[in-house]
Amino acid sequence: MANTEYIGVKDIVDPFVLVENVNGVGYGELVHVRDSKGKLRFGQVKMLSEKATLVQVFTGTEDLVPSTTKIRFLGRPLEVKLSKNMLGRTFNGLGEPRDGCGETYGGKRVNINGLPLNPMARQYPKDFISTGISAIDTLTTLIRGQKLPIFSGNGLPHNQLAIQIATQAKIMGSDDFAVVFAGIGIKHDDAAFFTQELSRKGHSNNIVTFLNLADDPVIERIATPRMALSTAEYLAYELGLHVLVIITDMTSYCEALREIGVAAGEVPSRKGYPAYLYSDLASLYERAGVVRGVSGSVTQIPILTMPNDDITHPIPDLTGFITEGQIVLSRELDSKNIYPPIDILTSLSRLMKDGIGKGYTREDHPSVSSQLFASYSKVQDVRSLASVVGEDELSKNDKMSLEFGRLFEEKFLKQGKEEEREIGYSLDMAWEILSTLPRSELTRVSLDDIREHIKTSGN
Amino acid sequence: MEAKTNFAPNNKEGIVTLVNGPVIKASNMRNFAMREVVKVGPKKLMGEIIRMDGDDATIQVYEDTDGLKIFETVTGTGEALSIEVGPGLIGSFFDGIGRPLDSLLESEGMYISPGTSVNMLNRDKAWEVTPVAKPGDLATGGTVIATVQETPLLLHRIMAPPEMEGEITWVAPGGFHKGSEIVAKIKDAFGREITIPMIQRWPVRTPRPYRERLLPTEPLVTGQRVIDGLFPIAKGGTACIPGGFGTGKTVTQHQLAKWGDAQVVIYIGCGERGNEMTDVLEQFPVLEDPRSGRPLMERTILIANTSNMPVAAREASIYTGITIAEYFRDMGYDVAIMADSTSRWAEALRELSGRLEEIPAEEGFPAYLPSRLAEFYERAGRVVTLNGENGSVSVIGAVSPPGGDFTEPVTRHTKRFIRCFWGLDKNLANARHYPAISWIDSYSEYAEEVNGWFCSNVDSRWGSTREKVRQILAEDNKVQQVIKLVGEDVLPDDQRLIAFTAFLIKNGYLQQNSFGSDSYSPPSKGFMILDVIIDFYEKALNLVRKGIPISLIKEDESVDAITHMRELAADDTEGFALVRKRINAHLERVAAERTRKLGGE
Ligand SMILES: Nc1ncnc2c1ncn2[C@@H]1O[C@H](COP(=O)(O)OP(=O)(O)OP(=O)(O)O)[C@@H](O)[C@H]1O
Ligand SMILES: [Mg+2]
Repeated sequence: MANTEYIGVKDIVDPFVLVENVNGVGYGELVHVRDSKGKLRFGQVKMLSEKATLVQVFTGTEDLVPSTTKIRFLGRPLEVKLSKNMLGRTFNGLGEPRDGCGETYGGKRVNINGLPLNPMARQYPKDFISTGISAIDTLTTLIRGQKLPIFSGNGLPHNQLAIQIATQAKIMGSDDFAVVFAGIGIKHDDAAFFTQELSRKGHSNNIVTFLNLADDPVIERIATPRMALSTAEYLAYELGLHVLVIITDMTSYCEALREIGVAAGEVPSRKGYPAYLYSDLASLYERAGVVRGVSGSVTQIPILTMPNDDITHPIPDLTGFITEGQIVLSRELDSKNIYPPIDILTSLSRLMKDGIGKGYTREDHPSVSSQLFASYSKVQDVRSLASVVGEDELSKNDKMSLEFGRLFEEKFLKQGKEEEREIGYSLDMAWEILSTLPRSELTRVSLDDIREHIKTSGN
Repeated sequence: MEAKTNFAPNNKEGIVTLVNGPVIKASNMRNFAMREVVKVGPKKLMGEIIRMDGDDATIQVYEDTDGLKIFETVTGTGEALSIEVGPGLIGSFFDGIGRPLDSLLESEGMYISPGTSVNMLNRDKAWEVTPVAKPGDLATGGTVIATVQETPLLLHRIMAPPEMEGEITWVAPGGFHKGSEIVAKIKDAFGREITIPMIQRWPVRTPRPYRERLLPTEPLVTGQRVIDGLFPIAKGGTACIPGGFGTGKTVTQHQLAKWGDAQVVIYIGCGERGNEMTDVLEQFPVLEDPRSGRPLMERTILIANTSNMPVAAREASIYTGITIAEYFRDMGYDVAIMADSTSRWAEALRELSGRLEEIPAEEGFPAYLPSRLAEFYERAGRVVTLNGENGSVSVIGAVSPPGGDFTEPVTRHTKRFIRCFWGLDKNLANARHYPAISWIDSYSEYAEEVNGWFCSNVDSRWGSTREKVRQILAEDNKVQQVIKLVGEDVLPDDQRLIAFTAFLIKNGYLQQNSFGSDSYSPPSKGFMILDVIIDFYEKALNLVRKGIPISLIKEDESVDAITHMRELAADDTEGFALVRKRINAHLERVAAERTRKLGGE
C-alpha cells in the first residue's frame, strides 16, 4: 500500500512501466521510482487493472532495469507545496527549487490538477488592463481575468511583447500583483531573457518561475503548467493578488502530450495529437478568471509558436476554441519592421465588449475599433487588387484606402518597445487616420460620432 | 410517479477491475441492467453502464476518477440516467447530469468536487398549486392535473406522466404544496392506485411521447435580421451554426436565447467556457424580454458542462437539455434549445469510444456518430401533445469544425439532419462584419413555410422583397469576382449599382451589433430598411438605364445615411420616412439636372 515498495517491473515502454500484482493503488496517484543506484524519479498511475498497474515516469525510463527498479506508491496525487515564500523563487518543472536556495518552508500541498471552478462562483471579467500598446488596448483589449494567448511563430518577437505587456500592464501598478512564469521546453537564453527583463524593471520579488528547459525531461512538461497555475490560483484566491501567468511555449507542451499518447498506444487524432487534446488544454486555460467575493484574479497569457505559421494547426486551433481570443503575430508585418507585428484581423479579444466604452474606456471605443477592423480589412482587398492591376489603376477611394493602410501600420501599430500610450491617445490617433477615408466608408461609426470626431470633411 | 423502469432491485454489488480515466470496468455485474446508473467507489461517483460482457460491465463515469482503486465496489440505482422534471426548473442552472450548481456552490464552495450528490429540484420549496382536474375525471398521459405559476412568464402545468390511464380519485386542494408532495391519485383499470407527484422523473435517453407530428408553419422570430429576413428558422425546426473559433457561434446562440420568441429557452454550454455561462447568468436576470418586459431569466434554464468538467457528463448534458425541452413542449409550449457546442459532445463520444477501444470510423469518431446526431435532432419538432395541444421544440446546435473546415465529419453529418444552415465566414468575422453568417453558404428550408406568417404579420411584400435581396446578393457575388481582378471602375454602371446596393444591404441591413441598441431588431425594422434599399435600387436602376453616371447617384449624404438606418429605433417610423424622403429628393434632383442638361444641349 502507501508504504510498500515493489521491486521489479514487468514491461518498460518509455515513458511507462508496467507493475504487476499491486494492491490498493489509486488512479492518478503519485509514484516514486528508483533505479538500481537508488536515484529517485517521479511517476503517476495512468491505468489500473486487476493484473497490472501502468505508471508514467516523469523524467523518462532511461537506464531503468526491469528486475531492479523499485516502485513505491505514495497514496497521494502529484502536488505542489504552496506558500508566500515562493515569490522570487525559481523551480523546475516538478516544483523543486532550481535556484540553489533550498526548499521553501511551510505551506500547504495541493493537487496540481486543481478542480473545475463552479461557473456560478465566477464573476464575469470586465476590468480593462491598460498595456500602453495601441493595437492591444484599442483592438484586442486585455481584461483582468482573461485568457488571451499570443499566437506566434519562430523568430517573431513574442517574448518581447509578453515582457512589454507584463511590465506596462497597469495590473502591476500596485503591490498586489504577481507574475507566474512557466517556461516549457524553452531555450536557456529565452528563460534568461524573461528573468532579466523582469528584474531589470524591478519585479524580481513578485515573480514565481517554473522552468522546464529544452534539454529537461519532456514528460515533466505535463506537470509544469499545472504547477504554475496551482501557484497562481493560490496567490490570487488565497493571498488576494492579481496574477499574470505567462506560459511559453504551449507548443512544447502539446508535443510532450503527443509523445506520451503515442507511447501509450492511443488512437491519435489530427496530426497525431491525442483526441483529448482539447479537454486537456481546457483543463489548463480554464484556470483563469475572477471569482465572486475574492479580491485576486488570474490572467493568462500563454504563448505558442504555430508550426509553419499555420493557424489551422491543431495547437493554435484548439487553443483558439478555448481561450477568450488571441493575439496573432504576423511575419509579414515583422519583415516590414513593424513592432509589435500584430495581425489585427485575425486577432480578437472576446472580453473587450464588456470592458470598453462608456464608463470603462471611452464612449467611442467600440465603434471606432470596429471601423478600424472594417477599413483595414478593405486595405487587404485593395492591396491584392493593386498587385493585379497596379496601383495607378486604382480608383480614388481605393487609393485612399491604401494610404489609410500605410498610416495605420506606420503610426498606429508601430510603437517603441518601451513606449507607453494612453488609451485616449490611441483612440484620437485612430480617428485621425480614419478621417483620411471618405465618409461613405465609415459605416461602423454612428453619424453622431462622425460629427463629433471628424472635423474636416473627408469627402 | 416514477418513470417506468424494469431494472433489478438494488441489492447487488460489483467490483472495479480496471480504471482508465472516465472509463472503468467492473466484474460481478450480472444482475445490473444495461444503461443502469451506478455509484462507484467510496465517493459514490456517478456512472452509467454502457456495455455488458458476461459477468463484466463497462461503465462511463460522470465524475473525475482520480483516487479510485481496484476492488472498490459498484452499486446500482435501479434506474436509467434520469432527471427530475417539475416546478423549479425555470431560472435554474444545472451541470451536465442535472445537479443544480447553486446548491453545489453552497455545499462545496467555489470548486466542484467529485462525488457530491444533491437533488435536482428543491423538494422543500412550496408552490401555489391550482387544481385543474377533479375527482372522477379520466386522466391519461399528458392530462393537466394542476398548474403552478412558476414565474410571471410561465404557467407550469403538472401533467399525468405518459403511458398512464385511469380515473382521478383525489386531487390536492388549491394552495401551497411542497415539491415533495403528490398532486393527485389515480385508480387504473386494474384498480391499482397510482400517485402523481409534483416532481417526476424521466430517463433522458428516451424521447417523451407525443400524439402526432406537425409541419412547421410559424417562424421562431429571433430579432436577428440576417436570420429572420434571409434564413429563417421555424418553431419546431432545426438549425446549425458551424464556424471556426471566434466567428460568432456563441454570440449568435446567446442572441437567440435572449430574443427568440419561444416561451421556454434552454441553453446548454457543452464543453465550452465557464465565463460564457457566467455572462448569461449575470445578464439574463437584468435583460428584458422584448414582448413581456419581464426579466429573461424567468423563461430560461441553463445547463453547463464546461470544458474543464468531466468529459462523460458532457455526453449526457445534451440529453438532459432536450428532455427538459420535451417536458415543457408537452405542456403546449414553444421551447427553443441551444447547444453550444455539439462538436464537444461528439468529441466526448470520440474520447469515450477511444477508451473503449472501439474501431473508429472517420477521424477517430465512432461509426455511430451520425445515428446519435440524428437521434438528437429528431427530438425537435412541432407536435400535437398527448393532451391535444400544439407544442414545439426548436433545436439550434453550434458546430466547431477543426480549422474551420466544413467538410469534417461532425459538420457534414449534422447537415444531413438539420434544415437550416447558418455558415459562419472567417473573413467576415475578421472584418468584424457581425453576425458573420455567410449570405452565400447559408440556407433555410423553412423560408417558404414561414413566408405566410411574415406576410400577414409584417408586410405582404415580405416574400418578394426577400427574393429581390437574394437576387442582388447572388449577382453581387459574381460581380465581386470580377472586381477582384480588374477593379470596380471599369465595370458597366448597372453592375456597379448591383455592387453598391449589395454594399448597402451588407452594411445597412445584414450587419447587426449584438452589443448595442440594435441587438434586437424586430422583423418590421428589418423590413423598413430593406424597403428603403430596394426602393433606392429600383429608382437608381432607372436612372442608370437613362445613362446617368452611378457616381452622381451614390455620392450624396442622403445615400450614406442608408448604412446608418440601423441606428434608428424600431418604432422611429418618422426617422425611416425621412431617410426615404431625402433619398427621393436627391434622386429627383439628379434626374432633373440630367433632363435640364440634355434639354440644353
Ligand atoms: N453579432 C455580433 N455582434 C458583435 N460582436 C460579435 C457578434 N458576433 C460575434 N461577435 C464578436 O466575436 C467574438 C467571438 O464570438 P463567439 O464567442 O460567439 O465565437 P465562437 O464562434 O463561439 O468561438 P468559439 O468556437 O471559440 O467558442 C465575440 O466575443 C464578439 O466580440
Ligand atoms: Mg463559442
